[in-house]
Amino acid sequence: MLNYSLNELSGLLKSRKISSVELTQSYLKRIDSLNPKINAYITVNPEASLKQAAEADIRLARGQIQPLTGIPIAQKDIFCAKGWKTTCGSKMLSNFVAPYDAHIIECFNNVGAIMLGRTNMDEFAMGSSNETSFFGPVHNPWDLNAVPGGSSGGSAAAVAARMAPAATGTDTGGSIRQPAALCGITGIKPTYGLVSRYGLVAYASSLDQAGPMGRTAEDCAILLNTMAGFDPRDSTSINHPSEDYVQSLSAPLQGLKIGLPKEYFTAGLSAEIAQSIEIACEVLRREGAEIREISLPNSPVAIPAYYVLASAEASSNLERYDGVRYGYRAKGYKDLVDMYKKTRAQGFGPEVKRRIMIGTYVLSAGYYDAYYIKAQKLRRLIANDFSNAFDKVDVILGPTSPQPAFNLGERSNDPVSMYLSDIYTIAVNLAGLPGLSLPAGFSGNGRPIGMQLIGNYFDEARLLNIAHRYQQVTDWHQREPSL
Amino acid sequence: MEWEVVIGLEVHAQLATRSKIFSGAPTAYGAAPNTQACAIDIALPGVLPVMNREAVNFALRFGLAIGANINRKSIFARKNYFYPDLPKGYQISQYELPIVSEGRLIIETPQGEKNIRITRAHLEEDAGKSLHEDFHSKSGIDLNRAGTPLLEIVSEPDIRSSEEAVIYAKTLHSLVRYLEICDGNMQEGSFRCDANVSVRPKGQKEYGTRCEIKNLNSFRFLERAIDYEVHRQIEVIGSGGKIIQETKLYDSDRDETRSMRSKEEANDYRYFPDPDLLPLIIDESWIEEVSKKLPELPYAKRQRYIHSLGLTPYDASVLTSSKSLANWFEASLKALGEEMGDAKLCANWIMGEISGRLNRDNLDISKCPVDSKDLAQLLRRIKDGTISGNIAKEVFEAMWSGEGEADEIIKRKGLKQISDNNEIEKIIDGILAGNDDQIAQYRAGKERVLGFFVGQVMKATQGRANPAQVNEILRRKMGRPD
Repeated sequence: MLNYSLNELSGLLKSRKISSVELTQSYLKRIDSLNPKINAYITVNPEASLKQAAEADIRLARGQIQPLTGIPIAQKDIFCAKGWKTTCGSKMLSNFVAPYDAHIIECFNNVGAIMLGRTNMDEFAMGSSNETSFFGPVHNPWDLNAVPGGSSGGSAAAVAARMAPAATGTDTGGSIRQPAALCGITGIKPTYGLVSRYGLVAYASSLDQAGPMGRTAEDCAILLNTMAGFDPRDSTSINHPSEDYVQSLSAPLQGLKIGLPKEYFTAGLSAEIAQSIEIACEVLRREGAEIREISLPNSPVAIPAYYVLASAEASSNLERYDGVRYGYRAKGYKDLVDMYKKTRAQGFGPEVKRRIMIGTYVLSAGYYDAYYIKAQKLRRLIANDFSNAFDKVDVILGPTSPQPAFNLGERSNDPVSMYLSDIYTIAVNLAGLPGLSLPAGFSGNGRPIGMQLIGNYFDEARLLNIAHRYQQVTDWHQREPSL
Repeated sequence: MEWEVVIGLEVHAQLATRSKIFSGAPTAYGAAPNTQACAIDIALPGVLPVMNREAVNFALRFGLAIGANINRKSIFARKNYFYPDLPKGYQISQYELPIVSEGRLIIETPQGEKNIRITRAHLEEDAGKSLHEDFHSKSGIDLNRAGTPLLEIVSEPDIRSSEEAVIYAKTLHSLVRYLEICDGNMQEGSFRCDANVSVRPKGQKEYGTRCEIKNLNSFRFLERAIDYEVHRQIEVIGSGGKIIQETKLYDSDRDETRSMRSKEEANDYRYFPDPDLLPLIIDESWIEEVSKKLPELPYAKRQRYIHSLGLTPYDASVLTSSKSLANWFEASLKALGEEMGDAKLCANWIMGEISGRLNRDNLDISKCPVDSKDLAQLLRRIKDGTISGNIAKEVFEAMWSGEGEADEIIKRKGLKQISDNNEIEKIIDGILAGNDDQIAQYRAGKERVLGFFVGQVMKATQGRANPAQVNEILRRKMGRPD
């Protein structure tokens, strides 16, 4: 049962072959046995989940069935969910119980999906390995010595280890796609504005975007159908006509023009990944696609531009964690300023502090123009690169990450090499485009390899379609780690 | 040396919207602490601001009223600093691109009209309040006010005295109340002034170094704080010192300004565009919609009172000092009939009898126990000779005490004027009889005697005799030889 797709699970629930309570119990059992090894979840609350499942069973019995009714979903611990501890992977919020539901939590609740638990993540979504979590690192199910990627590492590991049928993530610079690649699953970061950010604990507001993580493109399409939609509570939410992402999954790829950015296939990319993509290109050609080389000349500046802008926004977004109203407050302070200092010194981890300092610096009087304004200009140039590319091709194909999963501890003391993990994903956030990562092979030492499809604005349906067609003729996504 | 004072004012006007600028929580004043602060106001993780359209309407109304540029695109920025009553750790404000820029306000000074340029007016949110008393060496935080919409109105340094500053502030105060965008309640902090003050030797082109005095919440404090600061600056410079640019607080108990922080200690607010809010785009139809609903403004009203109604500039300016007073005046004038001279009659009564009593009983015109139609009825009786002006005052006093309408009171108390010549003559004959001495004095040229007899007649008629007729008949009867 743990290998069933969402569609199959829905069929079983619909035909009453299993109940939502049974299904939820089986996943809770699996979490119980595997979480000590993998640490994918920060919080599970069997009582709350099973109560929801019992309610879902009533809905199912009444025939009120939507595609996710009764299906347990793992939620990244970045979405506020009423009554649930919502920690964002930080000591700062380690005691914070959200009094309201994020938009996407409402979306899942409305269709009768079950909250299976809260997945581990890099602190405030800042990290590419899940090692910055206050609740300890997540272990990659394919190799427990390897990182799962980040920041949505808990969600990726949970799906890969069959500790959840599917999960949600957020992606600010690659946080859905990179862990999806490193854990051998499928994940899509939608166009900025397609999924409401209301209730998503902000890291970098102009880049943050929530999206689905599942074993297949089809599962992601089902999740996205539930998550996408206009929300007036988020001023950056876009009133885009609603689409059925499942309907178009099987469309043929005849005549599809795919571009390979030459800047993505240079010395920094592992040969094994380059080779896997070459093979994937063959598969896609056989499906009727044309592959050609394109150029994204401003790619090299994406990482510096990102770390200026994301850090600037983060430095401001994280000012609310001051110990005054909720969350962690240091003990033994002598006055207000001392309380601020101790609370923030003790409540935030080193990576968060690093980005707050970078952000504070680049916004300071005298540096703002040289850093923040310049980075905004680069952001525009990067978006223009993509816009030019989409004049020539329909989608862009490339690696998700320069290497397969690295070992725990390998890069945690070298922020720059860590930042380079997101070299192929970051530009997509800066441009606000949709990007999808899907499994495309394995390295010599058995670690998953992912590849990335980038589409034009609101081209999620096409990305899912290509990934689905690819998954009809390959089986990378069906491989299961032995645990 | 002769000194010139240079002042610019920044006014924070709280916009009278029902809900907050970026959340749906109510803005009403005086609720129990933290009962009017929602998830957005207390800055829970994950919440997002959504612009209140009404606050934009109010800013547009103000911009149009001061003939300013309405910027078709304006940007909300974050002003970052830590303070316990600032829940997000930043205030959402407008920095580089405000919604309103380059307007002007005409003020009336004793030296004549003066144009004060308004640099900009921008939308921003208010912070909460820190309460330092009653918590045994701790501070309490009340976030009810957090997120209340403010319009910050910044003038150019065009003001040249504390007196002018007060006139400007009062004119602005009256304007925002006319526009119904701010209740103007200074005690509750709905209208707060910061003054930028500097001095320079008369004739010097460059401005002197300025000091900013924060949070002046009455016109009197505004005047006194500026006077104190000007005096201080002149003394410092006069004794060879230099003015340091700093932010000051006015202590009204000691009547002095005290330093809060110098320029060096000033916060670096790290302004940047708020990524949670899109640029505010105003199109022509929005501006048109707002301008259609714009009321007649105080300046235009004043001009109309002077030129069409024939009032003096003083009367016009008193009557237009608040919209409710002007409305009251216009309603009574309308009820009276708007004939020649009616405006002056209404104005005199409102500024005399009514204002006097309102002040005595500490009432606003909106709480006036006599309504405008009732005043008109009373004035009609003066005009048609039913009662004299003096009797009218007696009637009015009864109206004020709630004894009914003018006609009712006149009838009940028998105050109708005696205008019958025969009746008056009879009374006069009675009084003149036996007063030959006085009559002789009058004939000898003692004009005062006439007054004596008028008094006697009025006494005999309880003031009801028509004074013009009494005068005429007395003169005729005493027949002074020419």
